[in-house]
Amino acid sequence: MPGPAIEVRDLVVRYGKTIAVNRISFDARAGQVTALLGPNGAGKTSTIETLEGYRRPTVGTVRVLGLDPIKDHRALTKRIGVMLQRGGVYPAMSPREAVRLFASYYDESDEPEGVLYRVGLTSVATTPWRRLSGGEQQRLSLALALVGRPWVAFLDEPTAGVDPQGRLAIREVINDLRSAGSCVLLTTHEMSEAERLADRIIILDYGCIVADGTTSELMTKEGGKGIRFGAPAGLDTLGLGAALGATVDEEWPGEYLVHAEAKPANIAALTAWLAEKDLALADLRAGRERLEDVFLRLTGHPGAGNGAVAAGLPDDEVRVDATSGRRRRRVSEGGRGPGATEPSTLEQGEDA
Amino acid sequence: MSGWRAQTRAELKMTLRRGDSVLLTLGIPVGLLVFFSLVDVLPKPAGVSDAVTFLAPGILALAVMSTALVSLGIATGFERQYGVLKRLGSTPLGRPGLLAAKTAAIIMLEVIQAAVLVGAAVALGWHPHGNPLLAAAAGLLATIGFAGLGLLMAGTLRAEFTLAAANGLYLVLLLLGGMVFPLDKLPGPLRAVSRALPAAALSDALHGTLVVAVHVPTRAWIVLVIWAVVAPVAAAVTFRWE
Repeated sequence: MPGPAIEVRDLVVRYGKTIAVNRISFDARAGQVTALLGPNGAGKTSTIETLEGYRRPTVGTVRVLGLDPIKDHRALTKRIGVMLQRGGVYPAMSPREAVRLFASYYDESDEPEGVLYRVGLTSVATTPWRRLSGGEQQRLSLALALVGRPWVAFLDEPTAGVDPQGRLAIREVINDLRSAGSCVLLTTHEMSEAERLADRIIILDYGCIVADGTTSELMTKEGGKGIRFGAPAGLDTLGLGAALGATVDEEWPGEYLVHAEAKPANIAALTAWLAEKDLALADLRAGRERLEDVFLRLTGHPGAGNGAVAAGLPDDEVRVDATSGRRRRRVSEGGRGPGATEPSTLEQGEDA
Repeated sequence: MSGWRAQTRAELKMTLRRGDSVLLTLGIPVGLLVFFSLVDVLPKPAGVSDAVTFLAPGILALAVMSTALVSLGIATGFERQYGVLKRLGSTPLGRPGLLAAKTAAIIMLEVIQAAVLVGAAVALGWHPHGNPLLAAAAGLLATIGFAGLGLLMAGTLRAEFTLAAANGLYLVLLLLGGMVFPLDKLPGPLRAVSRALPAAALSDALHGTLVVAVHVPTRAWIVLVIWAVVAPVAAAVTFRWE
């Protein structure tokens, strides 16, 4: 298919006096997973719902498969799959009934049992929706988005509130969609999920795009200089700075930045200093930031993602201040290698 | 199977699976019919000797109201709250398909109700007379009006308020609808109000078409037609899908 699957040009979405999306433009291609990453209220859902045809752009144009989501809504519904942030299923309906019902809406659809198997709901296929766990409800919602073999799949927070096994199943399904040549546009407020799921990440904040690129591009391009490492909080940064001949900042408790070039000699000096004091090194990154750090620096505030999931709170009720949000993540990452952001052995196994 | 036929089946299945809706659409009408036919305590209009002869058409009217107004309103209110309506809006079924399926499901449910209630009434000694086609026409008009009222609540109120309001309205219209006792037992002003409501108009029309030697007052037809136009239009104008 020629041209991008999704085109957004100068999109503004305004509710009364509130500007949810403030003049953004981007394209998304078939065969790629694009993530809209941002804190709560960044405009992710407003953007995706405009593309789904639920909202009218206040200014600007959007096209999906070359069509206008509102004017060409009927034609477009045959080609798109939608996963809403929550709900969307009859509470008394079982996964099997729901998938079969949705399959009947489409001229071409996947075999319902196969879809249930792919999202891992075969064992609860006859359980009413209201008795499913939050993660199972999310996976059913995903199943309903893909049963019609969509060319474009819109997934709003697909892994929010889902346990690690469920996340694994969801990632596999998203990978399958990409392999089948679908364009996948998803939203998330969790850095680690965007990193794992997406080929390309668009970071939104207060309705504006603040960064756009592949994970690796974002980490390098936006990454900045220096050596970052995690170690016990309250190190003698002046002493370390003297040993290295550079300034050392403790950016967050237990999270340090050395303002020196990331060359092997400097890293050797750093580890030697730590060894002398017998201090554990939690992680070490040279030349690039973790996506999480990029995200924090660009948006100037921590995404409440991990805290939100841990507390089981819906998006809009999450308020985590910078320090406590940070501490929470540090605790869960304690002692892990570089790049590890979730404390589950299952996911370590998956990476191996 | 085409989308809207599958949707119709699903709508019907969901309705029959909800205990409260079965109680409302079948349990209460059958219970009232059987109880007050056997226990002869309610007043009857002049010229009617059997309780069941008066009750059968009134209970049919109650059945139509319970399905088109209460059951539809409550179910749709919760579907809106659970995002079901929103989600269906981005499928090829779409809103027109959903509306068609809901209409078909209501009519099928009313046919089931009519079969059960007429069967029970005949077993209790009812001899239906009159013009069933005209009765069906009155039932259809009333269904449109009641469904409009149900969707008006479902599309504007929170689901819990719709639940409460629909049940409250059910009770009020049952008492003011000439369904279990004749309207002329009501005090004058109240009777005037009830004559303008769709419930009394429907039971008047069903009494008139299903009981011999009684005519349907023109006023009843006019009231039914007005509600069948005004209520759906109000619902369509005010309905919020999410």
